[in-house]
Amino acid sequence: MRAVISVVGKDKVGILMNVSTKCAEYNVNIIDVSQTVLRDMFTMIMLVDISNISIKFGDFSEMMTSFGSEIGMEIRAMHEDIFNSMHRI
Amino acid sequence: MFNTNDILETIHMISDEHLDIRTVTMGISLLDCADSDIDAACEKIYKKITTKAKDLVRVCNDIEREYGIPIINKRISVTPIAMVAASCRQGDITKFAVTLQKCAEVVGVNFIGGYSALVHKGFSAGDLELIESIPEALSITNNICASVNIGSTKAGINLDAVALMGKIIKKSAELTADRNCIGPAKLVVLCNAPEDNPFMAGAFHGAGQPDCVINVGVSGPGVVKSALQKSEGLNITEVAELIKRTAFKITRMGQLVAMEASKRLGVPFGIVDLSLAPTPAVGDSVAHILEEIGLEQCGACGTTATLALLNDAVKKGGVMASSSVGGLSGAFIPVTEDAGMIAAATNGTLTIEKLEAMTAVCSVGLDMIIIPGDTPCDVISAIIADEAAIGMANFKTTAARLIPAINKKVGDTLSFGGLLGEGPVMKVNTASPLKFISRGGHIPAPLQSLKN
Repeated sequence: MRAVISVVGKDKVGILMNVSTKCAEYNVNIIDVSQTVLRDMFTMIMLVDISNISIKFGDFSEMMTSFGSEIGMEIRAMHEDIFNSMHRI
Repeated sequence: MFNTNDILETIHMISDEHLDIRTVTMGISLLDCADSDIDAACEKIYKKITTKAKDLVRVCNDIEREYGIPIINKRISVTPIAMVAASCRQGDITKFAVTLQKCAEVVGVNFIGGYSALVHKGFSAGDLELIESIPEALSITNNICASVNIGSTKAGINLDAVALMGKIIKKSAELTADRNCIGPAKLVVLCNAPEDNPFMAGAFHGAGQPDCVINVGVSGPGVVKSALQKSEGLNITEVAELIKRTAFKITRMGQLVAMEASKRLGVPFGIVDLSLAPTPAVGDSVAHILEEIGLEQCGACGTTATLALLNDAVKKGGVMASSSVGGLSGAFIPVTEDAGMIAAATNGTLTIEKLEAMTAVCSVGLDMIIIPGDTPCDVISAIIADEAAIGMANFKTTAARLIPAINKKVGDTLSFGGLLGEGPVMKVNTASPLKFISRGGHIPAPLQSLKN
């Protein structure tokens, strides 16, 4: 099972580290990362494997959102099927 | 790997454009709950609903958290209660409403639909009793919706039922006058009612449906409006194409949620209802889509044409995105639930006559329209008859959900709060249709019913 973690907000030092540390903490494996900074706005999309995640994915997703507000970023962790169904036929 | 823009588009739709799943509705058959003793029947209903739907809200919340898509309403539709009540020898029929209310509270859904009767060809045992109990049932409960189907293309229009419903709507408003006349906001009179509609107030679980089923209603007027806003200079064909593409994406999300809910609950998937359902929130309005297409305000000349295009494009886009489409499927135009329509009705651009024309080309009827409290019952009945005639002649669902605002006049406002919204009391043509309505009898089915 895979999920997409998106991180959007004002660019600053250590975003990637912060997010990947959280992933490692819950045994979430990062498969691919793409990030851009456009006019100071940081956008990162992370594809992760959640097959061996140590907590329920719903709880992980909530935790990431509140972690995001702690570090001043908008973070969402969503099951990949939502994007598959919307953008692929 | 996904395209970053696709991912951001989806996230943007959810966070800024009000994309959501409007309702996951579990249809439950109560046919096996009939009993000659009304208390025994209520007991069976309570057991069946609280067993079948015990995990509905939890599963929907889980899906919401895992997929990041809000599911606004979790609801239940049941077999029209008149069918279940038909077996009861005696007893107060509103006991069924009280039982359903208890079920709604226990399982945590915000509405149970199905306090209903289907009388398009005539009244059978239990129908009249149920209809007459509707005002009281809606007044003593909070989360129960009632509906009555008074006509169909195949059967014609039951004018006796039409006449009765005018009185029932009025009485329902009177009984809830101290609560902003909320009663009739939970009551809809239908023609060609679909058996698998997940949306309230007209949801019920038809007799031809399986024992238990999951139906999903999507939404997303804000997404369509925003897509149009971002694309300047399109001709009207390109506008239709853009709406189709957007509707496809919205519906795919509905299909995904429906399949997932069905799998987790172990209940078969029924249909996805491809509806653009507005809410009073700014940026979630069907009227604003029409204005984005190019009208100064909803209700202007051109409203019917743009709505017809919108309704058609939504269906064409949605139909390929789902394995099974049903319910109402189209654009909704509930006046009090749509910020753009509230504004247009308030300044007089949008009138009941224009709304009636609009109902000929969209998926519902005269929905959530507040009329003066002193509107005679026969006028209310005649509005229902007009609306039903449009549905009957055009092979489509039409409905009337009219709210007489007791002690209020044209220009006053009535507020229900929440998804039901608020709106101005609209002007009604009160030239008397009394003689027509009092004739009673049956409007014969039109020639187009003879398709065999």
